[in-house]
Amino acid sequence: MRFILRRLGFYLIAFWASITLNFLLPRFMPGDPVSRMFARTQGKMQPEQIEALRKMLGVDTRPLWEQYVDYMHNVLTGQMGVSISRFPTPVTEVIASQIGWTLLLGGTALVFAAIIGNLLGILAAWRRGGAIDSALPPVLVFIGSFPYFWLAMGALYLFGVVLGWFPIRHAFTDGLEPAFTWEFIGDVGAHLVLPALTIVLVSIGGWMLGMRNTMIATNAEDYITMAEAKGLRPGRIMLRYAARNAMLPSVTSFGMSLGFVVGGAMLTEVVFAYPGVGYQLLNAVQGLDYPLMQGLFLTITAAVLLANFLVDILYVRLDPRVRSN
Amino acid sequence: MTTAILKQPTEPTAARKPNRSFVHGLITNKKALVGMIVMLVFIALALLAPALFPGDPSRITAMASLEPSPEHWLGTTAKGQDVLALTVHGSRSSLFVGLTVGFASTFIGILVGLASAYFGKFIDEALSLVTNVFLLLPGLPLLVILAAFLPPGLGTVILVLVVTGWAGSARVLRSQALSIRSKDFVAAAVVSGERAGRIMFREILPNMASIVMGTLLGCVIYGIGAQAGLEFLGLGDVSTVSWGNNLFWAGNEGALLTGNWWVFVPSGVCIALVAFALALINYAVDEVTNPRLRKIKTPKNTERSAAK
Repeated sequence: MRFILRRLGFYLIAFWASITLNFLLPRFMPGDPVSRMFARTQGKMQPEQIEALRKMLGVDTRPLWEQYVDYMHNVLTGQMGVSISRFPTPVTEVIASQIGWTLLLGGTALVFAAIIGNLLGILAAWRRGGAIDSALPPVLVFIGSFPYFWLAMGALYLFGVVLGWFPIRHAFTDGLEPAFTWEFIGDVGAHLVLPALTIVLVSIGGWMLGMRNTMIATNAEDYITMAEAKGLRPGRIMLRYAARNAMLPSVTSFGMSLGFVVGGAMLTEVVFAYPGVGYQLLNAVQGLDYPLMQGLFLTITAAVLLANFLVDILYVRLDPRVRSN
Repeated sequence: MTTAILKQPTEPTAARKPNRSFVHGLITNKKALVGMIVMLVFIALALLAPALFPGDPSRITAMASLEPSPEHWLGTTAKGQDVLALTVHGSRSSLFVGLTVGFASTFIGILVGLASAYFGKFIDEALSLVTNVFLLLPGLPLLVILAAFLPPGLGTVILVLVVTGWAGSARVLRSQALSIRSKDFVAAAVVSGERAGRIMFREILPNMASIVMGTLLGCVIYGIGAQAGLEFLGLGDVSTVSWGNNLFWAGNEGALLTGNWWVFVPSGVCIALVAFALALINYAVDEVTNPRLRKIKTPKNTERSAAK
């Protein structure tokens, strides 16, 4: 319980830090975002838009701490202001319409990569120097060396443009009404394959190598020798004795890579024009939509922190040593 | 400017005495050898770029969208620029930024990690908290936000990458420094009244040279990849020639949709080769310093795929 509380306190501090960062960035950056935006829109902004922007960016004469208190209050009550590029939709509404797609894409990719990668790592460590152990890691590391977005573009070109196996953009076919029908779900699935596949391909190597290296250390433990001496089946020793104890670092990195997936999926989303928060974030940056940009960043951060906290709770269940402390 | 950075870091020399077998092991390790050769080729290309392809690489020299031919080995872009010249010149900015970011973030990581481990107590708590917060904040979105607010330019790219990249190395170096901090010779140094700076940099640091090197390599890989990602999103300095910007323009000009694969392939392959070479060296460092990871098979059977 103390462990959980400590972690909770830590995540609250992290969240506070990102809110403060968000507050300070537009106020202390060289170059005034407001004037940049005026120049961009060439005076075509409506008075309400200007007002929303002033509020969000704190272009007012009140003392800084007062603005800060105000800003904190707004964020914590979910008032993120109004989007400029999609005026007058509130920022929260824009984000709500998109976060589902990111979770679908990132979650699918992460689960597949973690399962396949860890299984390969287990097998590689179990058969040291075997086919999987000697051939796969270099290949996967090599694939992992390619920039995320570059592989995505390559896959898009090969399977989308040249072969035409998969759709090349968006999360579902235009004109299809989102509904829980088999047709729609199948369509979403088809659109999901390419983006998810590229993420899985580049991230699988890290999972495999991490698992392999922990497994090698675990395999040298006495209780493995003991299990072998008892004459247990190799499959049982591998999964229930060795792999189970080698899992812990993987659970931690699962939490860490949630952040990587939400962030990393951003590039993939941009390449495939997948309508998630990452794609929207880039659009917001290009459209100088500062309120939306900040709202998206806070949302992504909050999601990552929450996911990490859930993993921590899971960790307490898995590792009794944490509980006793 | 690049040369000053390319001079090998001081770590290996500082660590030569206690770690002679480390340097030897690295040179005789096939992975490390392949990695170092690839890196040297790219560094040579970057240094020789102005001699090989004089003039501005982004000027228009030929017809647009030419396929690879004897005149233009890698074809031309949709604007009519020579892709080979762009790629070779691109290595300058990419390697420069990657190495600068790598060294800067490792340096900060060393400072924070050593201070955490040596002083402990409150300083450790505070520094670890900051490190963990930075580790947890999602990197790429933070990168994008920072790049959006700061004025565009090479300095911004480097600054932003260091801000988002130092925390990982700080955490690794802290835990290593902590284990060395508890060794007897450090206690002896403390008792004999050596100054804190001396203990940190002359006693503890040389003993973690190999992990510093691994961290440095990781940071350089991160720097090159993240710069490419940032530039691909159009958030770098689009006027410079670099691998990331080449890919940004390739995407912008629809190189793939029109089937001009030769515009898009070279820069990506270069990034991958550099990252792979650095990763090979990194794994070699791991293998040399961690006996458990060493190959147990006969030497004949090893490194088959690595040499490819």
